[in-house]
Amino acid sequence: MTTVAVKPATMAQALGRALRDAMTDDPTVHVMGEDVGTLGGVFRVTDGLAKEFGEDRVTDTPLAEAGILGTAVGMAMYGLRPVVEMQFDAFAYPAFEQLISHVAKMRNRTRGAMPLPLTVRVPYGGGIGGVEHHSDSSEAYYMATPGLHVVTPATVADAYGLLREAIASDDPVVFLEPKRLYWSKDSWNPDEPQAVEPIGRAVVRRRGRSATLITYGPSVPVCLEAADAARAEGWDLEVVDLRSLVPFDDETVAASVRRTGRAVVVHESGGYGGPGGEIAARVTERCFHHLEAPVLRVAGFDIPYPPPMLERHHLPGVDRILDAVARLQWEAQS
Amino acid sequence: MTVMEQRGAYRPTPPPAWQPRTDPAPLLPDALPHRVLGTRAADRVDPDLLRRLYAELVRGRRYNTQATALTKQGRLAVYPSSNGQEACEVAAALVLEERDWLFPSYRDTLAAVARGLDPVQALTLLRGDRHTGYDPYEHRVAPLCTPLATQLPHAVGLAHAARLKGDDVVALALVGDGGTSEGDFHEALNFAAVWQAPVVFLVQNNGFAISVPLAKQTAAPSLAHKAVGYGMPGRLVDGNDAVAVHEVLGEAIAHARAGLGPTLVEAVTYRMEAHTNADDDKRYREDTEVEAWRAHDPIALMEHALTERGLLDEDGVRAVREDAEAMAADLRERMNQDPVLDPMDLFAHVYARPTANLLEQEAQLRAELDAEARHHDDEHDDEYGGEATDARSHEPEGNTR
Repeated sequence: MTTVAVKPATMAQALGRALRDAMTDDPTVHVMGEDVGTLGGVFRVTDGLAKEFGEDRVTDTPLAEAGILGTAVGMAMYGLRPVVEMQFDAFAYPAFEQLISHVAKMRNRTRGAMPLPLTVRVPYGGGIGGVEHHSDSSEAYYMATPGLHVVTPATVADAYGLLREAIASDDPVVFLEPKRLYWSKDSWNPDEPQAVEPIGRAVVRRRGRSATLITYGPSVPVCLEAADAARAEGWDLEVVDLRSLVPFDDETVAASVRRTGRAVVVHESGGYGGPGGEIAARVTERCFHHLEAPVLRVAGFDIPYPPPMLERHHLPGVDRILDAVARLQWEAQS
Repeated sequence: MTVMEQRGAYRPTPPPAWQPRTDPAPLLPDALPHRVLGTRAADRVDPDLLRRLYAELVRGRRYNTQATALTKQGRLAVYPSSNGQEACEVAAALVLEERDWLFPSYRDTLAAVARGLDPVQALTLLRGDRHTGYDPYEHRVAPLCTPLATQLPHAVGLAHAARLKGDDVVALALVGDGGTSEGDFHEALNFAAVWQAPVVFLVQNNGFAISVPLAKQTAAPSLAHKAVGYGMPGRLVDGNDAVAVHEVLGEAIAHARAGLGPTLVEAVTYRMEAHTNADDDKRYREDTEVEAWRAHDPIALMEHALTERGLLDEDGVRAVREDAEAMAADLRERMNQDPVLDPMDLFAHVYARPTANLLEQEAQLRAELDAEARHHDDEHDDEYGGEATDARSHEPEGNTR
């Protein structure tokens, strides 16, 4: 088939398309949250859905995150598949009790009788100049909660495919949307949306032999850029995009690190108690005898998210990643 | 002359007039709790309903005392008795149609049992062998909820979903007076009212949130008053009068079923026992107060009403008590059996599809159990000279599901 001037879609549009297709395919899928209806969401992800599917299925809720998620739990109990929007990362915190005490545990508490197939969409991370409470990376909290799946796309294609997978999943999924990639575009063809692999598979975004950058979500493009820049230094970096933090794809990650012998974990949430610690430990446990150097982490600083004018100093950028790569004990091998 | 006057010309355009809702519901709750028993209204109550409520009250009281006794024998980890509150529990269960849903809190085992749950299954959470011993869909009883008020938004969501699907279903959610201070209480009521969801909230105001009395819980004139701010009717009812609770809940449920939205019902009652067997209520209340409430006992009220109308005699009382005693004996006997648990169940219901991570841990536990069993067999061999079978293997003899 010939492609005739496909107009590239943004990640936000791909997410919207995923919601629309899921709602078309499955009448039990409901979208709910603050501003998701008439306004189409503050990031326009749900643009047009209310018009197409009506207020009963695309519901502007009162401004109350515990109430949004709590009522979604009840709707899921009755056989619906709610997709909840939390608008901004830090706005989800009032809903934590519902998420941790009920969403994550209902299947377990009821010995499988009452699964809750719901999706919680959380725009997360910094880099868009948001004021405080608009830029948190809260993935470690979600990862630490058994019963949840935690997914985060880095490409437009994955945004579509993984959201479809999340909505179709019989387990609750926290779907973290890297908000600074909302306007990014890639080769995804909106006229032919493709399924992706099921939740839980990482993907090698760039092949390399010198070291592996393990990353996800908003840091994936940064790592790809770093890998390009690293060529000038003589390093051929592999980039693994996790896509899913829970379940974690140990196989893909370990296979990559065994090939390269060196690894750097890159993410923008804080390093202490952050996802990188868990990932580095898992890599070390599985690849110790293949490692030429300790697994390093390049993370955001362990500070409350900084004001927008300073966030570029906080977010891991190409230079900081290359500095870490430089510290991977290259001398020891030569 | 003020600064504004010196500047002169500024004349703000008045904002568009605020429009009050044109059709406000009857918002203010009753000034006094609604009562039926002991009033002339009692005469018109259906005798069958009176008898059913009475029998369930007696069973409920017996259930509570039996469960509390089981805590003393170490058979239950903890039990929050609802002695004194049986009227609320029983009325809540009996007022619902089969298709309706009940959302209980941890103190509401009686309501769950009166709705048809196996008395043992209703206790699994408190016994500690599994979180929810029953399938919530079988009797349409949500899992007993331990966090306060978090089940209320679930009730709203379920009722809302049922209405969206065109089903004639009402959800009844139970919460205590302490729970009304939680954010989830507020959010649930607000959502329910905005969505006009077919849901009824029953606050069992038993006077204390563990030790904190109502006066330190709220400054509202009553908990029913809270309905006003959400735009829903609030009702105040005598929580020890099973008929009154049944009547008020019945009206609220009919209101919800007719598509007229939620109601908040406050039942004023009293917790006769401590918060749980682990609590010492002498530290925060006087015996005289407890005694004063004993005179308003829900079972005595009902017995009196039934006797007055000639619906109950000594034989009738004896029959009901014997039935309750049989239930207690059965409960005692079954609770005295050791539950058979399969440790591998730890991993069975975390995800629909177990993660690789959990599969690894499952294998680890399996290996630990096998090693333990081998060790046990060895010891057994030493002791009995090699005659092998071990009755207490970790494999359960039958699937408990």
